[in-house]
Order: sequence, then structure tokens, then C-alpha cells
Amino acid sequence: MKILYFAFLRQRTGLGEETVNAPDEIQDVAGLVEWLKTRGPGHAEALRDVSAIRVAVNQEFAGMDTAIAANDEIAFFPPVTGG
Amino acid sequence: MTVKVQREDFDVGAEIAALTAGRSDIGGVATFLGLVRDIAGDEEISAMTLEHYPGMTEKMLADIEAQALVRWPLDETLIIHRYGRLEPGDRIVLVVTASAHRKAALESCEFLIDWLKTRAPFWKLEETGQGEHWVEARESDDEAATRWNKTPAKAAQ
Repeated sequence: MKILYFAFLRQRTGLGEETVNAPDEIQDVAGLVEWLKTRGPGHAEALRDVSAIRVAVNQEFAGMDTAIAANDEIAFFPPVTGG
Repeated sequence: MTVKVQREDFDVGAEIAALTAGRSDIGGVATFLGLVRDIAGDEEISAMTLEHYPGMTEKMLADIEAQALVRWPLDETLIIHRYGRLEPGDRIVLVVTASAHRKAALESCEFLIDWLKTRAPFWKLEETGQGEHWVEARESDDEAATRWNKTPAKAAQ
């Protein structure tokens, strides 16, 4: 699956995007977040406080309990501040 | 019904002229133009950089426009949002709505900017004398957007 990071999450992970093969037992966003945190200290720091993070699955706003699949595009970012 | 996400500046007069050219059914045009302010709280802003999520941004703006069309009888809508580095006084966002009557144009214009602020995936990085920081989302923006949930569809008809 393709993972995207924006704003402070991009800075802390040091990545705009990455392609990962998450273990099969990971079936929702919450599980993915826990697994991504193990990829390094930058990831752990970026994803530490889930209350500060919003998520989109395939470019639609989603929640921590949203189901995910191998070919999904999953984005993590802070609450939006455009306009 | 148009959405543009671009780095370049835009000309408000030219955009409105293009939107209304050859149209005699439009009776009112409302616009919201957002500019970069030089003060946020008590901090002086020297510049800001707008980051966005290409693909989702266009999709969300189109969704927001579609919502406005369900609620008001609109002849035309236009949303332009810039990204990249901007300085105080620069134009950031333009919302234009056109309808036979002013009420639909004015209300839908406010609705579009309120919804855009809480749903379109943009983030602002401000540059100040104390360094750079990401702008935090404001609760008042969420409240401004949610109050439209109480507005029945086609309220202005």
C-alpha cells in the first residue's frame, strides 16, 4: 500500500510517501498506525498522538476503524488549514 | 462549475468576466477573496507556504461545489486555491458563485469558503521572526462549517 504524509508528519518521518507491505493481520487504520510507528523514531514521533492526526483512505476522509487493503492509498496529516 | 488548484496568481476581474461572459440568466455574483495577512495572533508573518494533497484536493473541492449545487440554485461556481510560497498581501483563495438572485449567490459563497476551510486538504506553514510553524486548525472554523448542517437544502429558493 502507498502511504502519504503531509505537513508536520512529512517533516517528522522525513518522507512525502512510501510504499509498504503491511502484515496481513493489519486490517484497519489503527493497526496500520501501530505498525508504521515501528519503522523508526521519526515515524514513532510523527504518529505518537493520533488525536492530532487526520487520515484519508483512497482520498476520502476516514477514521481509525476504517478497513484497509493492500492496494489502498492512505494519507496521514494534521487538521486542514486552507482558505 | 470549476475548480483550479494552482501555484500562479489569478486576476479576480478576469475570472468573473470569464464566468459570466455571454450569460444573461445570471442576476448576481458573489465573491470571497482570501489574502495572506501579516499578523497571526501577535506574531508578524513574513511569508507562508501552502502544502496540499494533489488529487484529494481537487476531489474535495469538487465535492464541496456539488454540495452547494444541491442547496442553492446556482448558475456558475468557481473555486481557485493557490499553493506554494506566498507573502503578505498575496491572494490565496477565490470563491465565486453566480445565481439569478443575490441570496443564493451570497449564502452559497459563504458556505463554500466555510466548508473549504475544514475539508480541503491544505496546510499552512508560517514564517515568523521566531522561525517556522504549522498553523493549527481553529475550532471557530469547525463551528462555522457545522452550522450549515442545520440549513435545509434549497433554503434560498
